[in-house]
Amino acid sequence: MPTPPPALEIDGLIKDFGPVGALDGRMVRVLEGVSLTASHGAVTVLLGANGAGKTTTLECAQGLQRADGGVVRLLGEDPYRASPHLRARVGVMLQDGGLPPSVRPLALLRHVASMYSSPLPVDALAERLGLDEFGSVSIRRLSGGQKQRLALACALVGRPDVVFLDEPSAGLDPQSRTIVFELIRELRADGLAVILTTHLLDDAQRLADYVYILEGGRTVAEGTVAALTADKDADGMRELRFETVPGLTLPPDLLPHLHQREDEPGQYVLRGALTASDVAHLARWWDACGVMPTAITMAPRSLEDVFLDISGRSIR
Amino acid sequence: MSAPSTPAGTAAPLMARVLRHGGYEALAMLRNGEQLVLAIVLPLLALTALVITPLLDAYGPSRIDVAAPGVLALCTMSTAFTGQGIATGFDRRYGVLRFLSTTPLGRSGLILGKAVAVAAVLAVQLVVIGGAAVLMGWSPRAEGLLPAALLLLIGSAAFTALGLLVAGTLRPEATLAVTNLVWILLAAAGGVVIPAASLPAAAEPFVAVLPSAALGDGLRSALADGVLDPIACLVLLAWAVLAGLAAIRWFKWS
Repeated sequence: MPTPPPALEIDGLIKDFGPVGALDGRMVRVLEGVSLTASHGAVTVLLGANGAGKTTTLECAQGLQRADGGVVRLLGEDPYRASPHLRARVGVMLQDGGLPPSVRPLALLRHVASMYSSPLPVDALAERLGLDEFGSVSIRRLSGGQKQRLALACALVGRPDVVFLDEPSAGLDPQSRTIVFELIRELRADGLAVILTTHLLDDAQRLADYVYILEGGRTVAEGTVAALTADKDADGMRELRFETVPGLTLPPDLLPHLHQREDEPGQYVLRGALTASDVAHLARWWDACGVMPTAITMAPRSLEDVFLDISGRSIR
Repeated sequence: MSAPSTPAGTAAPLMARVLRHGGYEALAMLRNGEQLVLAIVLPLLALTALVITPLLDAYGPSRIDVAAPGVLALCTMSTAFTGQGIATGFDRRYGVLRFLSTTPLGRSGLILGKAVAVAAVLAVQLVVIGGAAVLMGWSPRAEGLLPAALLLLIGSAAFTALGLLVAGTLRPEATLAVTNLVWILLAAAGGVVIPAASLPAAAEPFVAVLPSAALGDGLRSALADGVLDPIACLVLLAWAVLAGLAAIRWFKWS
């Protein structure tokens, strides 16, 4: 059986911004060769730090920006010259929402729905995303998570084949996050191509079928989460988390080959190729300080390690 | 959300999209308190002031016949330029223009919808302000109604394009300041309600080529004297074309 064409194909995408006054009117190249493919029935995640080029890539794919080089094909067409029929098959959730603050949420959703000939039933969608709880106050009074859910509803109301979600979990409380993630998995099961950006590695790990890592305006790595996190050292542990009393400072030279981070006071994350001797070092330090950790966990290589490896390389 | 059998997204017809968006924006304009003051209350105050003071006594036998066309020109400026410009400026800031341009409405549908909204609000103003003027004794010349409609059409196109040009190039706060300031300056000395001929002789040729004077003087010729002023028509047309081209060239969507 022939494979259906991908929902989105980007090859060697180049985008310049400017002229920038602060740089004597020079142009700045923000994308220098992004290539990616997104398929129907899959969640494709663009992962990268702030400024890596994720949003600009999406904007070129959505037709909001014109590519300065390379090829962008959305459902086989040039998105910058999209016909209304192509736009009807594509749902977009912008990073800043694009929501008018003085309008009521359900009025906006109804208005967006009126641009399509057979939209989803607004009431059912609103109930599913919990919009009915705040449907009659103006958008400016909504919390960040409520706005995100409304923007998601606006992206989905036209029954799209392809949805673009720019940082969909930004500002979401845990409950909203569960609702949104469940919905994204359902969209995938319904055969939609879901293309989302995030700088949250946990989100990518939980949702992605295929990940592209962007760095400095290029795609620097790609693969399934399993392939990206596969370790040469099959049973190697790459992450050690422990919790101890706040106020205790882990000496940076104790385990210098590991990347150290303190998430909350007393909650440490160590990353790198862990050995039994590292664990022994740590245990001796706890003993010397007279503390007993309240939790210790270890994990194999995660997307965060992949990202750290890549960022480390590009810094050099 | 949708079973695999459900048809994929399809766009509503172009006319429906544009009219729905026009209606949505017109309602938003009429629901906004500040816009309503600008669109209805200030023109009514201006009309009353011009009728009870002797300001216009030199320009015609009846104050209301000179005042009403000028106030309708003022209404066009307030809706097409100031009101629409401010709304567009803030929609641009909040990313509303970008979001709506990704829906089947698209960029062109957005602009057409705005034009429909301006026309709809202007129609409400014509009924309310024109009705009030008739109650005050206004009797516009019947043969001038068609020329007046033409001037209002070109005039609202010119002022809509100017409003979009400001909204699409400046920050929304600056748009707010500029469109309000320009509205006040043009209302006071731009030949809108007070004929350009009343200004000092040195200023008159400059004011006469302003879109405000062309619309004000043109509407007065049409509705008070029953004639189409071809110069006013051409001046407005030139403003509409130039501002339209400039807006296409410089309007930034984000």
